[in-house]
Amino acid sequence: MASSPFRQTDNVKQRLFPPCVVASPCRIPHTAAGLRLAWRKNPSVSFVTGLAERTTSQRGERLTRLGVTAPPTLFLLAFFLVPALIVVLASFQFPGEFGGLAPLADPGDGREHGLTLENIQFFFSDFLFTEIFLRSFVVAAESTLICLAMAYPVAWLIAKSPKQHRDFLVLLVILPFASNFLIRVYAWMIILGPQAALARTLNGVLGAFGFEPVSLLFSPFAVLVGMVYVHLPFMILPLYTNLEKHDPLLLDAAQDLGANAWQRFWRVTWPLSLPGVFAGSALVFIPVLGMFAIPDILGGTRDMLIGNLIKDQFLGVRDWPFGATLSIVLTLCVLALAGLAAWAGKARRTHA
Amino acid sequence: MRRLPVWLKLAAAASFAFLYVPLVVVVAYSFNDSRLNAEWVGFTLDWYRVLFGDKEMQLAARNSLAIALVASLCATFFGTLAGLAIHRYHPRWLVLLVITPVAMPEILLGVSLLVFFIQVLHLTLGLVSVVLAHITFSIGFVAIVVRTRLAGMDESIFEAARDLGASPWQTFRLVTFPLILPAVVAGFLMAFTLSLDDFVITFFTAGVGVSTLPLQIYSMIKIAVTPEVNAISTLLMLLTLLLVVAASRMDKGFMKGGG
Repeated sequence: MASSPFRQTDNVKQRLFPPCVVASPCRIPHTAAGLRLAWRKNPSVSFVTGLAERTTSQRGERLTRLGVTAPPTLFLLAFFLVPALIVVLASFQFPGEFGGLAPLADPGDGREHGLTLENIQFFFSDFLFTEIFLRSFVVAAESTLICLAMAYPVAWLIAKSPKQHRDFLVLLVILPFASNFLIRVYAWMIILGPQAALARTLNGVLGAFGFEPVSLLFSPFAVLVGMVYVHLPFMILPLYTNLEKHDPLLLDAAQDLGANAWQRFWRVTWPLSLPGVFAGSALVFIPVLGMFAIPDILGGTRDMLIGNLIKDQFLGVRDWPFGATLSIVLTLCVLALAGLAAWAGKARRTHA
Repeated sequence: MRRLPVWLKLAAAASFAFLYVPLVVVVAYSFNDSRLNAEWVGFTLDWYRVLFGDKEMQLAARNSLAIALVASLCATFFGTLAGLAIHRYHPRWLVLLVITPVAMPEILLGVSLLVFFIQVLHLTLGLVSVVLAHITFSIGFVAIVVRTRLAGMDESIFEAARDLGASPWQTFRLVTFPLILPAVVAGFLMAFTLSLDDFVITFFTAGVGVSTLPLQIYSMIKIAVTPEVNAISTLLMLLTLLLVVAASRMDKGFMKGGG
């Protein structure tokens, strides 16, 4: 497209000004009579240059800008920003009598109302909540590292494959992640299930050595497998996009200078791939941190993570203000992480 | 071209196997003549027969398709405008508004919409709340796909149209829109798939009145697993497969821009 802008432009001209409007190859008629004729045939197109036209077009431009920008902005303000602010407010409110939120204004019958710092105090009153947050961070870190270890070879293989195969290989990575999230989690319920081949073989071996049988499903192990499985493509794709851009000549140069395979990787490829590593890590770490469905389906009762705690506040015990507080703490964690990832990426770029 | 070491190829093959074996297992057991997803007994189509006789599942499927259609059409409208606006006017706050719902954990959006719908709009949770929630999280994906397409285009085309006296609307209708149409369709298909598949946000905004396929699958997994889940999973996989292939055919940038 960039190679033949002129032909493109010509097509555009023809579509904008059919031959009936502009007969001559020159777009703007030279004579006053011609100008008038062209204007009569198509008054919507202004052929008059100068001040008058510029002010109309500026007004049109401003209207266009408004028309293009306003609908998505208004929608997202109403359904994303306002709800987010409501949650911030809710984290300072009392719970309602039957779930929900207590009123802000005094209802006049002695019920709790107004604003409070009780929720955040409650959060720090019991170490259990902090512990769940810490556990979630550990699970997210483990998932991220395992994803990185599994994704790097795949991303590298795709980046080094012949060009005509790459799109197909990328599609192979995307396809499983296009299938429904619950189906992918459910698949591990089958594979790790107590009656499935894997658990029976493992427990057979354990039994032969006199160990107690173990349960693969409903365990921290199952949660980790599920997390890695669901988020692996999010690590592969940014890594691949990064690795694909590396200049192979750099590796040749390193080799000529006597670097062995390991040094070529560790001193050349790895530092260059760090932006991809950071991007992929953010795409795995952040969703894992808020995940509730995987611990819910694959984990046991003691494998509760932040997501499960939040879900329980809203749909279980119906303590919305505390749930809102937990959401705010999670949001702050996510913002801090996103800032860290952006800062790390920037530091790398200015460094390089 | 440098040859890849064998261990690297093996590691990559292992990762691909890790990605595909679970899905193969789900599909295979949907044809298994046993209530337990434990070992292969024999071939049967019974679970598909059970599935097609399941009234609740049919209702959930109808809900899912209706929600996905309405939500993705609206998201395509808002998302295309957002992509155009971001490309032409670079408003930083709109970028934040579009990207944040995509980037943050889904549960946060689900929870905030739940509170908003009940506490502020006093809406009874149901089809409407689910559709609104789905539009909210899909806009970003459409905007990214459209924006990626616009970024790859030659600006001089639009300037040429303007220089030739085209009004903004004419420029859009005759130049911009035909050029971004593949991305718009890809964005629509993506929004449709996302809506059809969404569990977390639907879980918080659906209430008790309305069920969708993912919600139905979730309750089956939690309460009583039968291979009927495998059967509906297989059919859903087939549908998403078609949608993804269609979307990637429409717009090459979809795969990199949308991931």
